[in-house]
Amino acid sequence: MSSAQRTDDFQARRARLRGMSDAELHEHFWHLVDQIVAPLIAEARTHTSPSIERSVLLRMGFSSVECKQLVEQMRGYGLLGHGAGRLVFELAKAKGVGVREAGEALLAGKHWQELSQ
Amino acid sequence: MKLEPDQKLDINEVLNDLDQYRPRRKGWTWRTKFADQQIGPFIYKDSSVSLQHSVPLPAAEHFDNIDPQCDVVITTEIASGRFEDDLRRMRMAAWHGADHIMVIRTTGQSHIDGLIEGTPEGVGGVPISRKQLRATRKALDAIEDEVGRPINFHSYVSGVAGPEIAVLFAEEGVNGAHQDPQYNVLYRDINMHRSFVDAAESKTIMAEAGILQLDGAHNANATAKEAWKVTPELFVQHAINTAYSRAVGMSAELIALSTVPPTAPPAPKLRLDVPYAVALRELFAGYKFRAQQNTRYMQADTAESTITHVLDTLISRLTSADIQSTITPDEGRNIPWHYNNIAGVNTARQTLMGVDGLDQLLELKQDGPLRDEIRELKERAVLFLEEMVEQGGYYAAVAAGQFVDSGYFPERNGDGIARDPGGGDGADTVIVREPDYGAPVCSHFGNNIYEGGGAKVCAEYGGCTLCMPEKIRYIDELEREDTVEQRLAVPLAERAQGLLRPEVEKHGDGVVCVTLFVPDTPIVAEEAALEMVRHMGLKDPAVISRRVMHPAEGSVFEIKGTFDSAISKTRLALPTKVELLTEAEIEAWVRPRAIHVVAATVGEDEHSVGLHEILDIKHGGIEKYGFCCRDLGTSVPIDRLLDAAQQTGARAVLISTIVAHAGAHERNMRRLHEVALERGVRERLLLIAGGPQVSDEAARACGLDAGFGRGTTGREVASFIVRRLRATES
Repeated sequence: MSSAQRTDDFQARRARLRGMSDAELHEHFWHLVDQIVAPLIAEARTHTSPSIERSVLLRMGFSSVECKQLVEQMRGYGLLGHGAGRLVFELAKAKGVGVREAGEALLAGKHWQELSQ
Repeated sequence: MKLEPDQKLDINEVLNDLDQYRPRRKGWTWRTKFADQQIGPFIYKDSSVSLQHSVPLPAAEHFDNIDPQCDVVITTEIASGRFEDDLRRMRMAAWHGADHIMVIRTTGQSHIDGLIEGTPEGVGGVPISRKQLRATRKALDAIEDEVGRPINFHSYVSGVAGPEIAVLFAEEGVNGAHQDPQYNVLYRDINMHRSFVDAAESKTIMAEAGILQLDGAHNANATAKEAWKVTPELFVQHAINTAYSRAVGMSAELIALSTVPPTAPPAPKLRLDVPYAVALRELFAGYKFRAQQNTRYMQADTAESTITHVLDTLISRLTSADIQSTITPDEGRNIPWHYNNIAGVNTARQTLMGVDGLDQLLELKQDGPLRDEIRELKERAVLFLEEMVEQGGYYAAVAAGQFVDSGYFPERNGDGIARDPGGGDGADTVIVREPDYGAPVCSHFGNNIYEGGGAKVCAEYGGCTLCMPEKIRYIDELEREDTVEQRLAVPLAERAQGLLRPEVEKHGDGVVCVTLFVPDTPIVAEEAALEMVRHMGLKDPAVISRRVMHPAEGSVFEIKGTFDSAISKTRLALPTKVELLTEAEIEAWVRPRAIHVVAATVGEDEHSVGLHEILDIKHGGIEKYGFCCRDLGTSVPIDRLLDAAQQTGARAVLISTIVAHAGAHERNMRRLHEVALERGVRERLLLIAGGPQVSDEAARACGLDAGFGRGTTGREVASFIVRRLRATES
């Protein structure tokens, strides 16, 4: 990670921008921005994080303390890529109970083997 | 919960039943604007709905106490570390025109991987927790009812727990938030992948809750060595966060750019800052602008800061702003004191009302250097973006130290903030979503097997907390130590006992500020000033501002110290407030009797305004009750005044004595009494004095019947005259 040093060569660099109208310059600006942002968005679409997964469980009615414990354990089992919310939701459906009950069972140490399969 | 203007905010009532509290609305609220609004004697061009309760600007005293409100939202940033004290500060700020309360988070919250619960005390800010948010929003509900205008509550969705905080804010009715992953990367060294992946989720949650987003670009101003040289990069930072927000689905009206005029005098501020402000508004047309005031060059002198902030606010009006943020004028010397929040708000309020309708008077010159400078800034920003693309994108550009370099891009000084894409807090925590990845909740971003079914997936289990808030799990406190209830024990006990201490930040901190001019060289004067403050009995004196008036003639200092004692309210001898007679009662007594009064400004004194206020019918003066008033004018000798009193058969003599130099006002008052005695007319005449330095006590000490100070009305004077004359009649 080296930081470059360079004198102000703006006059030379601007030469090719000079022919653009203001509207064209704006368009060029936003085109470059979109080009930079596109891979960042693609990464966000296909990845998740412990905080995102805790935020999903929060929305499903778990407390911050419960969310932290559940997500840590799911991460430990290598399950987080399926989605913490999905794991709890599908477990609830399989057991015929509500999502809270399913989450509480996990917090009590139950059903982890099933989830791992 | 309802507030009464003469009652203090009851913190116990705020804290009561917080587990049951629900915010009454979500999302941001703008002011309701009027193009032409008559307020008092004026028609305003850029105003909004007036408040039901407020403290007007001091000069409003001369304009029927009007308090016009500008058309933009005014922000104040509040954080003492104890939210329970901040609530009072918020109430005071609201009465002075603030409707955007930004709560700064405690140091280090960015690095806490999860939510904080309870009410621990913060450092340089407040630990943002559900309980603290509920208490604040509940108090703000009551405050907005009291002032009659919605108040936007704001904090930060940043750090390594952004998505959880965004959910918390959506659930608890927070109205605005900073959210910009670049802030994490550059200033908090939080892993870039984590920051951007989290940001997409946070922004989706905020967008669907109507939370206004502010970006973090202004921080580059505050950290750059020469803040005006970072401007090309600022366009880029704004653009990355804006484009990223749009890509996740946030609408333009929820995206606000946080922008600061970068310089301060003695730099040629407007010449440098206006082209930048215009270029920004052209490139980002359609988005909102939160105009911040400059902090980069703030020093300890609050008057200097205020002048810079007036110029910042002028730039907002010369260009545009949807939110005018304010900075406390003391931020350059200490953690903001509460009354300086109010000073900051008033800087914006006073300036914006003063420049009302500015766009009808002038516009920026388009045929001068302005357009060339705007174009140059935009081209430099485009060159910055092109280099980022050449580097291989955002992550590579940050790794190469392209950001916050002190050079004026394309100049590079090699001192930018370089971050490792694989490093930082939260490195290696981003996880690939499996093909069966799912999140059965609302406001979720990205690949999700539950998406696209039409009905809300959360309906299958009875709804998520965003649809069914009763499902929120409220935690009051996790620990019994360091809670608001514990911190309040002493303040509430003191309040119950009627004890008062001065304060600037937290309840009973005892801090006071003394201003002293000491006539010696700066070093000697400073030591002497500290010693003087110790002699005043203040503990731990510290100089918070020093300004040389002349290297030999002296310096002025502001010194803070602690007044370590409490005053009992019950032992105070309070002045008794005299009930005024009704206007009808005064007139019914005066008019049939045709009471004569003579009046003049005495001494070598040409001020006439004060007396007109008391006498003239058009100013609400005593003439309207039927007094026959004879005003002899200004610089009138006492003898002439008493001649006139005798000729007209007056019952009262009113003198105005404005000049107080070397006790002139007291000499005038004493002389009036003495000459009246010599002439043998003292018994018959009521002798009354008025003026800014006059008090009733001082006037009586000089032998007069009454004295009236600044802000006196004709009705007060008339009430006094009628009461005294009526008594002699009976």
